[in-house]
Amino acid sequence: MPEVVHAGLSRPWLNRRRRILLVIGLGSLLLAGIFIGGMLLDPELYGPNYSARRMAPCPDHLFGTDYLGRDMFWRSIAGLSLSIRIGLLSAAISSLIALILGSMSAIFGGKVDSAVNYLVDLCMGVPHLILLILISIAMGGGARGVVTGVAVTHWPNLTRLIRAEVMQIRSAHYVQLSRKMGKSSLYIAVRHIVPHVFPQYAVGLILLFPHAILHEAGITFLGYGLPLDTPAMGIILSESMKYLAAGMWWLSFFPGAALVLTTQLFDLVGDYLKILIDPHSARE
Amino acid sequence: MNDEKEALLDVRNLRVSFESYDARLEKVAFTAISDLGVMVNRGEILAVVGSSGSGKSLLAHAVMGILPENARTGGEMYYRGKPLTVREKARLRGREIAFIPQSVAFLDPLMRVGEQVRGVPGDSLRTKQREAFAHFDLKNETEKLYPFQLSGGMARRVLLSTAYVVDAELIIADEPTPGLDLELALEALKDFRAMADRGKGVILITHDIDLALHVADTISIFYDGRVVETADTDAFGGDGSGLRHPYSRALFGALPQNGFRLDRCPECDGSSATWIVDGKAMRCCCGDARG
Amino acid sequence: MARMLLLLLSASMLSFFLITASPMNAVDAFLNEVNVSEEQRARIEAEWDLNKPPVERYVLWAGKVLQGDLGQSITYSRPVSQVLNERFKASLLLMGTAWVLSGVLGLALGILGAVYKNSLLDRIIRTLSLVLASTPTFWVGLVMLVLFAVELRWFPLGLAIPIGRVASEATLTERLHHLALPALTLSIAGVANIALHTRQKLVDVMESEYVLFARARGEKLGQIVMRHGLRNIALPAVTLQCASVSELFGGSVLAERVFSYPGLGNTAVEAGLHADAPLLMGIAMFSVLFVFAGNLAANVIYGIVDPKIKEGGDNYA
Repeated sequence: MPEVVHAGLSRPWLNRRRRILLVIGLGSLLLAGIFIGGMLLDPELYGPNYSARRMAPCPDHLFGTDYLGRDMFWRSIAGLSLSIRIGLLSAAISSLIALILGSMSAIFGGKVDSAVNYLVDLCMGVPHLILLILISIAMGGGARGVVTGVAVTHWPNLTRLIRAEVMQIRSAHYVQLSRKMGKSSLYIAVRHIVPHVFPQYAVGLILLFPHAILHEAGITFLGYGLPLDTPAMGIILSESMKYLAAGMWWLSFFPGAALVLTTQLFDLVGDYLKILIDPHSARE
Repeated sequence: MNDEKEALLDVRNLRVSFESYDARLEKVAFTAISDLGVMVNRGEILAVVGSSGSGKSLLAHAVMGILPENARTGGEMYYRGKPLTVREKARLRGREIAFIPQSVAFLDPLMRVGEQVRGVPGDSLRTKQREAFAHFDLKNETEKLYPFQLSGGMARRVLLSTAYVVDAELIIADEPTPGLDLELALEALKDFRAMADRGKGVILITHDIDLALHVADTISIFYDGRVVETADTDAFGGDGSGLRHPYSRALFGALPQNGFRLDRCPECDGSSATWIVDGKAMRCCCGDARG
Repeated sequence: MARMLLLLLSASMLSFFLITASPMNAVDAFLNEVNVSEEQRARIEAEWDLNKPPVERYVLWAGKVLQGDLGQSITYSRPVSQVLNERFKASLLLMGTAWVLSGVLGLALGILGAVYKNSLLDRIIRTLSLVLASTPTFWVGLVMLVLFAVELRWFPLGLAIPIGRVASEATLTERLHHLALPALTLSIAGVANIALHTRQKLVDVMESEYVLFARARGEKLGQIVMRHGLRNIALPAVTLQCASVSELFGGSVLAERVFSYPGLGNTAVEAGLHADAPLLMGIAMFSVLFVFAGNLAANVIYGIVDPKIKEGGDNYA
């Protein structure tokens, strides 16, 4: 009979499950804080301040200031918030496309499946960034272009995943049994397919965020997308390039590090959620 | 040979458990084998009979020393009278103690079978490998084939060759005849009889008790993690009164040649196939004890 | 094969229509706020076929391409093929180096991680890889630039050859010197990804039934890795390498930007910003061909190496 074993060092209260929930909770809280905080920030905080220009990091200005005296810490928070917003929006749209196309592909099969597979191959045949540039140009730049671009380049992988999942369930014995017992397609969809696919979809969606955010930062870094005075991560970083030789290294280091940490946090929360939702897939 | 009856392997009170994380992410220990004792002598075939999934394969892994990392073991093992330590296992496996797995899935799919049978020593064993193939009626060209190209029978013989090539003393075969009917299986098992007759010791792990009755010298019945009884094959003859444990007797009674007899509980009419078995007795889950 | 050609065609159509759908006016970008008369504007437009419907323009373009004429770059006022030719060599050097580096290093780290699974080394490799795999290439580039070029001054600030030098005069050492940081930057994301995937594949192999049997036959860890591990991860590793070409191209766009490296990536960005349709189409097509070449290579190698395909189905001796 299975006995519960406690390793000597861990405190029983803070067992593995609680630790995972703790990480997910704290992580989400932090991310929400950045997200909301950035939106509610007083623009003055990250606006020009001519008396504090070109300052290296110090207690007053954690990330230093730039050539206009703008506090880089608050600017980064604003930028992160914007990136998260755009990332979230594009990831949501992307995942929705993936859900619809993936399910349709698996359910209708045949020509629909071929068409979807063709589209997936097409999108994956062009390097992401090139496609992003093309879409951004087509939409005339701006936030719309970025959101559309990121949304359109990220659905293929998730689509394949959902397609595989739905196909697997449909051919599962218990679903076929349901069908033979005369249950309607809607019943099967709601009772069998959705509960199985939804967790994978949710995890896939959350793990999509960091990719979307990074691609958004990338495309704005290159100069496509948002106007140059918006505090977006890509713009902050591309501007910082001009001052590197002048020795203002903090302009690129800290904002970028903040971006990395934020995406890592998303990845962390996503991975832990994955463990929670599908414990058998995680072996560690 | 004056030590015809030398005890090759003596396993006492073997216990194998695994640590893992359950769905609620708590650490649990699962005991697969709680108390297993077997003994194999030279020239003998011991059959360890248990239902599929009862953990009997783990006996083979435990003796070879190839259990997974999260396994915890207890008990003692002796090989030819000496304690079988981790070091000894490492020294003996693949040389004096050989393992014959179930199927072709245990062969590297990207390596030709000849190369695999020759193993690490490689070319130095080429003659022996050809000899083995010839012994088992495999054509020379077989050595150039890949596992996926082998038929079931060929695969079995290739796996047998791996033990032949190193001339192992103790051979542990895990389900060597999966899915074969009695006639074909007995044909296949003639090779093991031949090995035993040459003075080797063979442990046959199987779920097919009928097979065991035809081929083995001794039978150990394995149920729910423990060896319930070990008896000579003769004890399984006649009316089964040579068997001591009620489970063995029930198993004997349920054999086709004995009429598929399955007792029922006098109280609740539950089939004896569902009764609880422990070290000494069997009883129905409704609480009524039957000896 | 036919499918690939179809995809190639579709990709070209997709790119073309995306570019022509742009509200950005190529003429404006070209003129760059220089004022010209309506007449002159109309003449430029006619010359570039800008006043024709998109489908017709596509057909015209496709026709020319099949004859080897990729058109004239608006930004550089030179044939697209010429621009591509120049930049392509620099990009190839950069991407090639990064490809080899990330492949070799990724493989080595992945193998180490799997063999010493759950050890400190493995955990370091895994954590570092996880972090680096989702670190933006351009930030890594900036950090490298700051650290190695500005602070330590070990490497130059950018470009492919020293400023003021003519391309034909630049030595190999100088080229390599300028290549170092961009190549390193580009490999980092690649190494992380390949290391993680290789590690997982090797872990799967080490936990397989045939490795269990190999252990039962007395094979030691090192022998198992060499005899069974390597050959069973070879095919997945090759597939991974070939698939990484797509990411590599994207990464090179960013890396080249950071280091002002005159390769195709940088050129693509410039072309986009100036609505230089012919050049952008040329580069887009090139990148698609690149990715397809990678996939084709993977298929070919599979066909040669995988015994199931080579020896074909079941055949009992």
